[in-house]
Amino acid sequence: MLKFIIRRLLQLVVVLFVLSILLFAWLRALPGGVVSAMLGERATPESRARLTEAFGLNEPLPVQYWRFLTRALQGDFGVSTGVQPGKTATSILIERFPATIELSFVALMLAIVVAIPLGYLAAKKRASFLDNTSIVASLVGVAVPVFFLAFLLKYVFAIQLGWLPVSGRSSIPDATHVTGFFVLDGLLTREWDAAWDALKHLILPGIALASIPFAMVFRITRASVLEVLDEDFVRTAQAKGLSHRVVRGRHIMRNALLPVITAVGLQVGALLAGAVLTETVFNFGGIGEALKFAFTLRDYPVLQLLVFVAALTYVLVNLLVDILYAVVDPRVRTR
Amino acid sequence: MNDSQKPDQPHRGLGARRKQRIDDLAATSGTTTTVAEAGAIDESGGVGLVASAWRRLRRNPIFLIGLVITCAFILLALLSPWIAPHDPADNPLIDKVSRQSNPVPGPEPGFPLGGDDSGRDLLSRLLVGSQQTLLVGVCATIFGLAGGLALGTLAGAFGGWVDSVVMRIVDVMLSIPSLLLAVSISALAARPSQWTVIIAVAVVQVPIFARLLRGSMLAQRGKDHVLAARALGVKRSAIILRHMLPNSLGPVIVQATLVLATAIIDAAALSFLGLGNPDDSKPEWGQMLGQAQMYIYDHPHLAFYPAACIIVVALGFTLMGESLREALDPKSRR
Amino acid sequence: MRKAAPLAALAATALTLSACAASDRDDSGSDGGDTGGTFTFGAAGAPEVFDPFYATDGETFRVTRQIFETLVKVKPGSAELGPGLAESWEPSEDGKTWTFTLREGVKFSDGEAFDAAAVCANFERMSDQNDAAQSGPAEYWNTGMGGFGEDALYDGCEATDDMTAVLKVKSATSKFPAMLSLSSFSMQSPKALKDGKANDVKTQGEGFVYPENSQKPVGTGPYLLDKYDTANKTVSLTRNDDYWGEKAKTAKIVFKIIPDESTRRQELEAGSIDGYDLPNPVDWKGLEESGNQVEVRDPFNILYLGLQPEANAKLKDVRVRQAINYAINRDQLVKSQLPEGATAASQFMPDTVSGYNKDLKPYPYDTAKAKSLLKEAGAEGMTLRFAYPSEVTRPYMPNPQKIHEAIRKDLEKAGIKVEVETMPWNGGYLDNVDAHKYDAFLLGWTGDYDSADNFIGTFFGNAKLNDFSTVAGGYGQELSKELKDADATVDEAERATKYEAINKKIAEDYVPGAPISHSPPAIVVSKDVKGLVTSPLTAEEFSTVTVGGE
Repeated sequence: MLKFIIRRLLQLVVVLFVLSILLFAWLRALPGGVVSAMLGERATPESRARLTEAFGLNEPLPVQYWRFLTRALQGDFGVSTGVQPGKTATSILIERFPATIELSFVALMLAIVVAIPLGYLAAKKRASFLDNTSIVASLVGVAVPVFFLAFLLKYVFAIQLGWLPVSGRSSIPDATHVTGFFVLDGLLTREWDAAWDALKHLILPGIALASIPFAMVFRITRASVLEVLDEDFVRTAQAKGLSHRVVRGRHIMRNALLPVITAVGLQVGALLAGAVLTETVFNFGGIGEALKFAFTLRDYPVLQLLVFVAALTYVLVNLLVDILYAVVDPRVRTR
Repeated sequence: MNDSQKPDQPHRGLGARRKQRIDDLAATSGTTTTVAEAGAIDESGGVGLVASAWRRLRRNPIFLIGLVITCAFILLALLSPWIAPHDPADNPLIDKVSRQSNPVPGPEPGFPLGGDDSGRDLLSRLLVGSQQTLLVGVCATIFGLAGGLALGTLAGAFGGWVDSVVMRIVDVMLSIPSLLLAVSISALAARPSQWTVIIAVAVVQVPIFARLLRGSMLAQRGKDHVLAARALGVKRSAIILRHMLPNSLGPVIVQATLVLATAIIDAAALSFLGLGNPDDSKPEWGQMLGQAQMYIYDHPHLAFYPAACIIVVALGFTLMGESLREALDPKSRR
Repeated sequence: MRKAAPLAALAATALTLSACAASDRDDSGSDGGDTGGTFTFGAAGAPEVFDPFYATDGETFRVTRQIFETLVKVKPGSAELGPGLAESWEPSEDGKTWTFTLREGVKFSDGEAFDAAAVCANFERMSDQNDAAQSGPAEYWNTGMGGFGEDALYDGCEATDDMTAVLKVKSATSKFPAMLSLSSFSMQSPKALKDGKANDVKTQGEGFVYPENSQKPVGTGPYLLDKYDTANKTVSLTRNDDYWGEKAKTAKIVFKIIPDESTRRQELEAGSIDGYDLPNPVDWKGLEESGNQVEVRDPFNILYLGLQPEANAKLKDVRVRQAINYAINRDQLVKSQLPEGATAASQFMPDTVSGYNKDLKPYPYDTAKAKSLLKEAGAEGMTLRFAYPSEVTRPYMPNPQKIHEAIRKDLEKAGIKVEVETMPWNGGYLDNVDAHKYDAFLLGWTGDYDSADNFIGTFFGNAKLNDFSTVAGGYGQELSKELKDADATVDEAERATKYEAINKKIAEDYVPGAPISHSPPAIVVSKDVKGLVTSPLTAEEFSTVTVGGE
């Protein structure tokens, strides 16, 4: 087990190294850049030249990369030039990552809480009306562009009905932040109104983002419950006269949930992509929104770090899922 | 239907397990076509499977709905230039447009849905928009498939270090959130156009197709007919092209149907982020939706019509793809 | 406080905080009339720094303008100069020595007195920048004050008595003293500058790191910085109760950073902000219908079509450049693509700037004339690579694509073949304009202060390097010389006459491009907001604003 983890971690380092080079080359190949973004229409040839030199952008790419790498290894990923100028990319990441984690967590929870029971029911009543409707419903979820769903939710529930806030993470300007997870902060500091307010800001973007994992979790649950229902050990359990609850809990769900765990792990990448769109629509200050603005403002340091972290998260979560899988499923361990 | 636990599956430790699960799952919107299934399709014999699949599909309402939507869409795309009441690039309503007091002209005789912010007929643009939308979907899928085919065949056919190198590349590609990958690619283009959008969307599909194909090919390598061909001294390229590839295509085709939907949605997302095709003389639904952002408050219909079109068409492809998959899945033949 | 910490320490902090935090905030929801309430304003971007000397963008200046004051101020509601921290000023005969008489009884918010020594400390600080700051952050000093080297305009500051400061410049310039109204040249507390190591700017990678002073602004203005909550993207200001003038009417200003334009609109309609700047003209009508006040300022900008003779040799012929001017239907463009109050442009500056030539009329829309000029020049059927920027809106250019489309159709009618080019604003467009890659391009300018030099001086002043390649057009040296001469003219009336003559020459003889339009920028506030005085320079002070109430 340990050997496996070490080997995987080594592989990870290689992937990340390659990724960092690709990222670096990609950003430098992009037309335009930080100089234009900083100076706008007041860019004169002199001011351009001054900035280009100050940032060392006139040096050869390998030199620039080497400088970037040596700094990055010391934890210095540079300073933002557009998203929050003057702040280090790392501090922007630390500040914004909780927002995205909070949002993704809510979205995942929403998806799981609805999709797993629904998947179970659909499988139990295969080809019934409930089954067909929920299949179609989950597919509609796939067919609706996330950003449009976000717009729609915002339009109906925030603008027309006014039930929920339009955008942002909090409407209380002087709430105390401890962890950066606003709901948790509110609870920790016993600022109940702040916690409730932060939660309200999470509902609409959470639902919009939940549409991404929902379809997947639902269909995997349904499929694997179907599979397990057919297995001998379930039939045996039922034949033994065990109660429905025990069969469902111990035998069916426990086995059926394994693929679901994997599915959730693999959704991390899709969730991050969805977060870019959802956070943009809701002005939700997470890394998704930061990525979008870092991109339009050509904020290289922030862009570099955030994409890197997004990829790292994806890889790590999947490693974690693999390990978890081995822990949960004894058959994997013995092999 | 998804199952990675089948005892007859080759297990090569945890690393392999994970890759297989990507084969199973990463294939976009929850596909569950597995290596095992790919093998199983083959085992249960071609004709019988297709025939029985078709028998079941004919009676499946979900499939029929998808089929009808898809056919209607393709028909519309082909015929729209003759159906559309106006030239979608012409601006007959420009005199009605005023940035401030009337940015989006309303309906009037001859223009049932009114105009857009350049004074062009909205209905005509929606109708003709089906063409470019279909083009984006089909081209992106074909390019993605071609790229995936090349990489996947390379990896699956040769195995060994070729496999390792190709799959590392695929891993890196998979680790970057798909939308970001698409965004970067379309931003790299010196001149953004419809084709940069298509290529951006296609590249995102490459690693998924590659994984899927590699999985099926690996399963094929151990199959009797391949071993037999090899024993007979058939050339390697011939084995790959004649024996392994054709038999691995089943899940790939199903995936392609689903990708048609994702491609159209991804193209819309790119437009939403401002990275779509800037030239709007030829309308495309995703682009129309992206450009309507500015008017979402006062003139939501500008966004709702193209969005509805995208949703219906994407749903059509998805319904078809999903029911195809289920029909081709031998396990559901009970 | 927000750094990752071990869980135990974190919980402990949380517990200590919880005791006070809950009591600190009791009236967050209610905007009581007696405390003056809160004015929440939707900002389009995060402020760069709170030291305006290192800032270049409007979002930062909007915040620092409430905290700091300048020697010379723009009179509320106009572009004219009026007294600020200096009550009056007097130039010497040669325009090189400026004597400022300062306002009595002004204190910085840290208690330091505002006097002539403080003024000189500020200017000395501004002129003494390290390499990093010179390369970018001190951009306004670079462009306005001639930078730090040979061309530096600044020539010293002397406190002749407590309340009299004498500023010296190396040569007379029309920019003085109007330029001193820029928020960049705000007066900051000398003590805070020193304690906060204000000049200690560093480059780190591809960005700048600013010293402590940039996070702790100490000025003389009606508001103080309370908190910049980067996680929640809000900047809060509180009233400066010791302000020397009339105290601010509202106790608190909150700038909520909402980068997306349509979201700002929705937040306003939902009542969670009280106003935002530069609403898109397409929203004006809807905003007014739902009861908001759309305040349209006088246009202080110019949108032009630049022509680049280096990219297309045909453009070296002035007749071709004139033909393009005749081909454009400015009136229809203004009517269909720009908001009410926009006007067709006859020259490269708006009519409120002194030096504007009233006798000039916009080129008439005359396709036949354009065709005959093209024929004369042997440029019939010429191809023009004509570009517009994407991913951007500017007050002078609310929708670049639509404006481009309208002009393109006009040019095609005159027989010019147009190749459409586009790039994102930051993603290559400005680079390409700068590198002379487009034959024709859309660009514009919003004035910083009331000076002809700020417009045409910026565009054409540098003969060697400008976006129009004026030298390749055959008039660059001449124009540059004329501009320098006008700028150095001390007498205002004489200077204005010189600029009027230059504007006429530019429009008729030089024709570096086609001035298109001036477009009024708007600011919108909800119906509960009273007392907002708009500024054509988009330099509003919010101290007179009240929200709600009776």
